[in-house]
Amino acid sequence: MSATAERPAARGLAREIGAVIAKDLLLEWRSRARLLATVLFGIVALALFSFAAGADVAVLERGAAGFLVLALLLSSTLGLAESFRVEQDDSAMEGLLLLPIDPHALFYGKALGNTLFLSLLGPVLAVAAVVFYAVEVGPRALVQLVLLWVLAAAGLSAPGTLYAAMTSRARSQDVLLPLIHYPLVVPVLLAAVKSIDLILNGDPMGQLGSWTALLAGFALVYWSLGGVLFPLAVEE
Amino acid sequence: MGRQRITTIAGVLGVVLLLAGSYIGLFVAPPERHMGDVARILYVHVPCAWNSLLCYTFAFGFAIASLATRRPRWDQLMTGAVEVGVVLNVLLLLQGMLFARPTWGIWWTWGDVRLVFSFLMFLLFAGVLALRAFVDDPARRGTWTAIATVAAFVDVPLVYYCVRWWRSLHQMQSTPETMDAAMVLPMRINAFGVLFLAWWLIAARAELERRRQAFDEVAEPAAVVVAGRA
Repeated sequence: MSATAERPAARGLAREIGAVIAKDLLLEWRSRARLLATVLFGIVALALFSFAAGADVAVLERGAAGFLVLALLLSSTLGLAESFRVEQDDSAMEGLLLLPIDPHALFYGKALGNTLFLSLLGPVLAVAAVVFYAVEVGPRALVQLVLLWVLAAAGLSAPGTLYAAMTSRARSQDVLLPLIHYPLVVPVLLAAVKSIDLILNGDPMGQLGSWTALLAGFALVYWSLGGVLFPLAVEE
Repeated sequence: MGRQRITTIAGVLGVVLLLAGSYIGLFVAPPERHMGDVARILYVHVPCAWNSLLCYTFAFGFAIASLATRRPRWDQLMTGAVEVGVVLNVLLLLQGMLFARPTWGIWWTWGDVRLVFSFLMFLLFAGVLALRAFVDDPARRGTWTAIATVAAFVDVPLVYYCVRWWRSLHQMQSTPETMDAAMVLPMRINAFGVLFLAWWLIAARAELERRRQAFDEVAEPAAVVVAGRA
């Protein structure tokens, strides 16, 4: 295929991805239930970690990076599951698949929507962490944290979207999604915790780059793999 | 010679090789210089590790073939390979703990990447089996198991290469050059023993799955007529 023929095809795919994201955002905006529930769940998780770790500020500060990423991971389960649960009402998923759009656009639209959704959790949970765990963040560290948070959200969203598409149509979906999603995203958990810890507490050995590269590599693998496998996962 | 006969021979050969290799490992090979007799567990631990990774690699290949061709045979073989891989993975973890206690002084550590990734590998493929158990539709069950197998397989190269990328407690891979010849022999015999046994088990599990699928395809009668009743 020539380059000129490829360009309109890519533009068409981008337009379809945009349409899927716009549909999901509109649905979310009308009820705002998913966003509220997920944000509240994240805050509850952070509070519970504080109770489990005790009142020692030093312990809480040391564990802040881990608590933040765990709160993101636990909240992601709610968000990811809900992103496909809405498609089960009135067989909406079948309707989506009957539309003349590329199934890849459906995956990338859903995954980007989920990434955006999880990224929005960042500011709320970061404020909660500052309050609960006495974390101090400078302006430069804040920018690094935001970028890292988006990367971690992308790493969780790609495999999560693929799995949520399958488990939403299986028995015991609430158990299944975390059961298969959590072990898969442990590299995201490890890399994100280590990176946030290095941003918050200093990086004398210059390790931040390699941990961020691991996070980016993981995201790249599963965004590519998800695009290939998703059309097979949703076919009837 | 029929396929079933060949796999049965492989199973018998596997048991014979395992018995021979274990005998040589326990009674003929010399004790390890620093760890003594404790190191003899390596003659089953390492073959379990190799073959567990190999079974997952077979499962990955069968999953790709299943997604590409949709032939039930690949799905049946994939199920067998994942299940045998999980069993060997559990054995690997248990043997590793038994070996770690006298040599490292602990049963388990989260600070070692090889241990963590091996455990994750078990969780990932056990999750694949859980997913399979929760899907009722046979076509979806096959496709989704294959997709989850492909996604989980990304961890397998990590398990193999992690000891080179991140140095921690677990030693790097041994080679015949780094081992005494008397120790290489039982390890090789047992590695082939476990491989042949795994071959037989995968084939047997695939056959069981084929029969189960054939049974499920038989339509239930619309109504059962009981003698003497309308």
